[in-house]
Amino acid sequence: MLTYTIRRLLLAIPTLLFISLVIFLLLEASPGDPLGDVPLTVPPEVKERMREALGLGSPWYVRYVLWLKQFFWVEPLYWFDHVFGTQFSAGMQRIISFQSRSPVFDVIAQRVPQTLTVVGFSYLLGVLIALPIGIISAYKQYSWFDQLGTFVSMIGFSMPTFFTGVVLIIIFGVKLQWFPSVYDTTLEVRDWNSFWAQVRQMVMPVTVLALYNAAQISRFMRASMLDNLGQDYVRTARAKGLSERTVVLKHVLRNSLIPVITVIALGLPAVFGGAIITEQVFKVNGLGQLLITAIHGNDIPMVLTLTFIFAILIVLFTLIADILYGVLDPRIRYD
Amino acid sequence: MTETERQHDLSVTETVDASAASAGAVAALPPDNPLHAGETRSQWRDIWRQFRSHRGAMVALVLFLATILFVVVGPYVWTIDPTYVDIRARNQGFSAAHPLGTDQLGRDMLARLMAGGRVSIAVGLTAMIIAITLGSLIGVVSGYFRRLDAPLMRLTELFLALPLLPLLLLMVTLFREPLSQSFGPAMGTFILIVSAIGATSWMQAARIVRGDVLGLKEREFILAAKSIGTPAHRMILRHVLPNVLSPIMVAATLGIATAIITESALSFLGLGFPPDFPTWGRLLYDAVDQMIMYPSRVILPGLFISLTVLCVNYIGDGLRDAMDPRIRGR
Repeated sequence: MLTYTIRRLLLAIPTLLFISLVIFLLLEASPGDPLGDVPLTVPPEVKERMREALGLGSPWYVRYVLWLKQFFWVEPLYWFDHVFGTQFSAGMQRIISFQSRSPVFDVIAQRVPQTLTVVGFSYLLGVLIALPIGIISAYKQYSWFDQLGTFVSMIGFSMPTFFTGVVLIIIFGVKLQWFPSVYDTTLEVRDWNSFWAQVRQMVMPVTVLALYNAAQISRFMRASMLDNLGQDYVRTARAKGLSERTVVLKHVLRNSLIPVITVIALGLPAVFGGAIITEQVFKVNGLGQLLITAIHGNDIPMVLTLTFIFAILIVLFTLIADILYGVLDPRIRYD
Repeated sequence: MTETERQHDLSVTETVDASAASAGAVAALPPDNPLHAGETRSQWRDIWRQFRSHRGAMVALVLFLATILFVVVGPYVWTIDPTYVDIRARNQGFSAAHPLGTDQLGRDMLARLMAGGRVSIAVGLTAMIIAITLGSLIGVVSGYFRRLDAPLMRLTELFLALPLLPLLLLMVTLFREPLSQSFGPAMGTFILIVSAIGATSWMQAARIVRGDVLGLKEREFILAAKSIGTPAHRMILRHVLPNVLSPIMVAATLGIATAIITESALSFLGLGFPPDFPTWGRLLYDAVDQMIMYPSRVILPGLFISLTVLCVNYIGDGLRDAMDPRIRGR
């Protein structure tokens, strides 16, 4: 298992390097100019100097390697210094955003909490809803509950989140006025009142995303439960007189959770990236919104770093899913 | 035909199907039950019969065909130009002149929904065709030629590790201008969106097809075909591809759904088609600003997107059930 993990980790390095190169070259090939917003009255030689100052003067491979160094060496050193109070990164240039002129990672660190509270919580909620639904629909296959569950989950992943979000805003935000339609990120939870306000503004985005996630995971849960319910060991367990509760919740559930847990792990990176649309609908200024503004503003370092972080998360969670699968299921042997 | 007879027929067809390589041979076989000698059976007819028994899928198929009819034939019946600006008739409610009202520039919503649906469905179909062609090509090649398997699968894994939505956003923003200049704004965006979606959604199909081809290669009829010296290209076209057609078709159906959703998501983020060129996603995006005053303008295109995707998903579900011989006939 350990050798497998190490091998996979080593394999992840060229994968990630390749992905970063693809993203970098894609940005490089773009016709967009980061200095496009500079007024035309600025003389060309000044513009050229601004270009130099942004680090755009050198050829692309130099900039690529420089970015790699900043990402993998300077930034970790900086955070190390930050935690332990050392001075290793003194004088080194961090990745700087074109738009805000502040270090990219500082901006990202500001945005992560918003994304995590809203999107992370909705994923958790989605999983918690999906598991019992999947279990009951599989146990009572073709019952009205199963039919309804199938229909609702079909609707759940057929309705794009930008539509469900807008409909919820119209119904609960505009017509009924129950919840605020815009997420207020300046709100600080200090007392019960502000906590209540926070809960109220989280209800709609969380519902939209939880519905979407629950729809997919409950389908997996149902299929996996159905697979296991037909196995011989279930019949054995029933034959030796175990209660139905023990059979389903101990024997079948544990075995069916194995593939579902890997699916949940695989879906986690989407928590950070895939919720771009929902963040846009409810005006949550999280990572997704940051990416979109960066794309619109031709902020190359920000886009590059953010997209690459998403890629790292995907590679990492795929690896975690594979390893979890091996740990949870002793029948799977990687070595 | 009673249920037992039908079961018998189905199981006979299955055994015949499994032993005969092509569907043509099935028809040539003498029927084992003389009572039903007049009824021709083929694999596709069988699948269709099975598909019809899936109620949800049948309803979805009818609705999907109705939607296609609505967007293709509709503009010939309802001849108002979707881009015609009638500023005096703007923001109207439902009326006889404009059954679904007008937008903030007085353009007829019904006509715009039809025109938008055309683009949305065309994007869905084209992107799906690109993705499926690419996916089956890579899947078949990597499953069939052992030497190419490892590199192609590494490539697939690489693509699976890409953060797709951010990359799509990036591609569309970066290359919209140059493509619009060379192909015109509408056509350029269409080419860009279709190829971007196609290039980022072939991986699942490739994996499924590869797995199936690997399994097929161990079967006797492949060995037989090989032993009479069938060259590789004919082998793939005659023996391998027809046998992996069912997973490809299921993947294709589901691919339409994802492509439609992705296109409308891009439009919703303001990165899709130009404003005067309606798609369902774009209509929704344009209406969001006025959703408090005119909620119907948001809900209608959203409903169309959801309904189409729901139908396509149900059809895919039905197809999967009908084509999987293990659950067929249950």
